[in-house]
Amino acid sequence: MLEIRNIDVFYGDVQVIWDVAFEVKKGEIVALIGANGAGKSTTLKTISGIVRPRKGEVIFDGAPIHTIEPYKLIEKGLALCPEARRLFVEMTVEENLDMGSLKGEAKKQRQKTKEMVFELFPRLGERRRQLAGTLSGGEQQMVAIGRGLMSLPKLLMFDEPSLGLAPILVREVFNVIKRIREAGTTVLIVEQNTKQTLAVADRAYVLETGKITLQGTGQGLLNDEHVKKAYLGV
Amino acid sequence: MTSVQLEVLLQTLISGLLLGGLYALIGIGMTLIMGVMKIINLAHGELMMVAMYIAYVLFSSFHIDPYLSILIAAPALFGLGVLLQKYLINPVLKVEAIIPENQVILTVGIGMVLANIATIIFSSDYKTTPVEYATKAWYLSDYWRESPIELSLSMPWSVSFCVALVITASLWFFLTKTDMGKSIRATAQDKDAALLMGVNVERMRVFTFGLGSALVGSAGCLFIPIYYLYPDLGGQFTLIAFVITILGGLGSTVGAIVGGLILGVFESLTATYAGMGWAPVGRFMIFVAALIFVPGGIMSLFKKRRLGK
Repeated sequence: MLEIRNIDVFYGDVQVIWDVAFEVKKGEIVALIGANGAGKSTTLKTISGIVRPRKGEVIFDGAPIHTIEPYKLIEKGLALCPEARRLFVEMTVEENLDMGSLKGEAKKQRQKTKEMVFELFPRLGERRRQLAGTLSGGEQQMVAIGRGLMSLPKLLMFDEPSLGLAPILVREVFNVIKRIREAGTTVLIVEQNTKQTLAVADRAYVLETGKITLQGTGQGLLNDEHVKKAYLGV
Repeated sequence: MTSVQLEVLLQTLISGLLLGGLYALIGIGMTLIMGVMKIINLAHGELMMVAMYIAYVLFSSFHIDPYLSILIAAPALFGLGVLLQKYLINPVLKVEAIIPENQVILTVGIGMVLANIATIIFSSDYKTTPVEYATKAWYLSDYWRESPIELSLSMPWSVSFCVALVITASLWFFLTKTDMGKSIRATAQDKDAALLMGVNVERMRVFTFGLGSALVGSAGCLFIPIYYLYPDLGGQFTLIAFVITILGGLGSTVGAIVGGLILGVFESLTATYAGMGWAPVGRFMIFVAALIFVPGGIMSLFKKRRLGK
């Protein structure tokens, strides 16, 4: 479904991504793990068109997407829950969800999808008229995920969904991600929370200083000596 | 307080509110542009001046009522705003500049060019649109014979105020109920997140500049029946819009309405009790006081309570 073909990404003259290549197949949960500054977020930004690769290609659903305008991606079925949620804090929960469904089919299905989101997160239904900025961190993450779902994406990408959340909420977020996949959406997660991410991921790639150094199934990597030492602290 | 004093006070408050309604419309235009573009449009008053000359020409050559000329001037100003944004401001936004305030300086330049073009075409004489209802007014005693005090309501001022209200209400509807309006607000709050939601941020900027220009343009048409017109009038209204924007909190539409009303009432009070010449002094006292005591604008006071911070 999504194919990253040997991309090089630069910030000015500084190269941050070196020849990165990976693939997300339909129906999978794929994780991209690595330390701070490894290039995880840059990779996601490249996929969502905010940063352009200097070399290589990003293919989604068989067509290159690294050349088209970033605002057109959501129509193609590619949505991102950005790092730190990035909600529209002075808009209500419901308006935030509306913003996720501005185009095409998603707009037609808006009411139906909204009901589905409120079913998934009953708390949001209760607070639909509340300003997003007044919600707790966990609730804000729910709005961010809900907003991503509103576009009826084929592939939903998560950038650090557990960032800044209490452990019990982190578990809830990962449960929700599993349910989203069960409902038929392919998922790509970028995380520093290695243990829980690998536990839900079908396959994972380890990114270190801008290069992919390891890949395997989520379980396989959990038992990998290098991953254990470098990321799990055992 | 004698009944005469009460009469003067009430009359002052009424004209202050009527003036404030028009100020609010000017301020909303600037605050919208401020919110989405993060720049202060210092050509705002000059755009209003352009609209006023359009209304003036329509009145003196075609006898079109200034209120009706909104229908022509507002779209014309929308177009002018779009062109300015697309071909002058956007290119400057993209350039890596020595000073980050380049776009603001550019708007000052645009304002000067507009004022000077107006001087070339219309000379610097004062112009008016002498409509026949200019001095019409409603008197309280006509409706309530035993009224202990006498109050009057100028007809053109009231009509201007009501039209400003209608425009503001439709704008509010547009911003809160339509996807386009929500996209504008979203772009103002977080433009990268808006981009991820599929909002064409560049187009939103162009549209917002057009919309802000159209709003101040309609304010110009509402002002001309009760005001006079000369090419340099823009600067004064740019300052007024700027004060309102600071007073209301940068980028807040509701703040601009409240700020406009406060400024209108305050100016009216200083004009009555300290003399006409003191009105601009009052304006800047409010400006300085806002910077010192409510640096985040009036809306920040409410927000603090709402967000519990």
